[in-house]
Amino acid sequence: MTTDGGPSAMKRFVNGILPENPVLRQILGMCPTLAVTNGMKPAMTMALAVAFVLVCSNVMASLLRPFLKPHLRILVFTLSIATFVTIADRFLAAYVYEMSKALGPYVPLIIVNCIIISRCEICASKQGLGPAVGDALGQALGCLLAYAAMGTVRETLGNGTWFGIRVLPAGAWDPWVVMLLPPGAFLTLGLLLGVVNWADRRFSRAAGDRK
Amino acid sequence: MRVLTEAWLVIALSVGFGAGLAGVHAALRDRIRANQAAEIRAQIPKLVPGADAGRSEEVRPGVFRALDAGGRPVGWVLQGKDQGFADVVQILVGLDEEGGKLTGIYVLDNKETPGLGNRIEEAEWRAQFAGAPAREPLRTVKGAPSGPGQVRAVTGATISSETVTRIVNATVAEWRKSRAAGKD
Repeated sequence: MTTDGGPSAMKRFVNGILPENPVLRQILGMCPTLAVTNGMKPAMTMALAVAFVLVCSNVMASLLRPFLKPHLRILVFTLSIATFVTIADRFLAAYVYEMSKALGPYVPLIIVNCIIISRCEICASKQGLGPAVGDALGQALGCLLAYAAMGTVRETLGNGTWFGIRVLPAGAWDPWVVMLLPPGAFLTLGLLLGVVNWADRRFSRAAGDRK
Repeated sequence: MRVLTEAWLVIALSVGFGAGLAGVHAALRDRIRANQAAEIRAQIPKLVPGADAGRSEEVRPGVFRALDAGGRPVGWVLQGKDQGFADVVQILVGLDEEGGKLTGIYVLDNKETPGLGNRIEEAEWRAQFAGAPAREPLRTVKGAPSGPGQVRAVTGATISSETVTRIVNATVAEWRKSRAAGKD
């Protein structure tokens, strides 16, 4: 139960996975979705970096919410997000240098990722710590699942591997290199959004029939 | 004093976050520098044909003497940087033993526009520097180069391309000056 009138932590968590999935339903954070999902390794590194920043900035925004002034709140959010992104960026450079080089500008660009600032604005600055953390974890998981779906399709079809492990035999599969390139990103995202919308319509109709 | 009653949170957070980031930087700095040093070392054999990564030595910061497996000098690797379109661009320049020809370049770090400026890091574009004359400054041209010493700019990224050429010219000139002065 929450005392702030907003959805509970559990509800926030579940919403982030599919009903309000940041990538597939809110269509936010398209830049990393398209740019770093040509392999599972960069996609999952990006998803974990986003998760870290989401949780930290939601916690920060929730703790600071009694002191937020309406006209200065965005500044406070941006300041917190930029700080946590820089921390994530430095940790990647220190411990997974190759991956940090491969992701290039997309890690610093998490600062301007609307998924994060929208969660500060919609949830964390209005609700307590529990719902804020539940919300961040749900949105992060939703984001991770969407990146995993993109990464799986693009890496398996484009390179015959998954997480760098060969899944399609080298001789039997002629890799669709286009899947690793920008057009492959748009094709995969478009089809994925189509499937999600189709499934949503179908299942909500089925739910309606039962009533 | 309205600014203090309204914006005290922003000011306090700036100071707090700044201190936190300084702490993170201090804790990770050595590790990140070691990673960068290892990356430079791994590039030496790719930049100077015949060079051995382990034998080559840094004679002074940013200047590497490329040695082959037998310890014979085969060339130089120079580190240079300058402001690009978005942020500082850092590159390595490979030079032959006499300093007459470039043997290759490598982009260590750039934050140029993805898809445009950051194409300076692509091997295909960098390949035109291998074998380019090093005694006169290189020039950036749009379209096909009409002679040696000309560098074809990446389409849509003239500033990033010119930055690389400028760094190469300045780094080689600097090296030549200090060599003439007998420092290396």
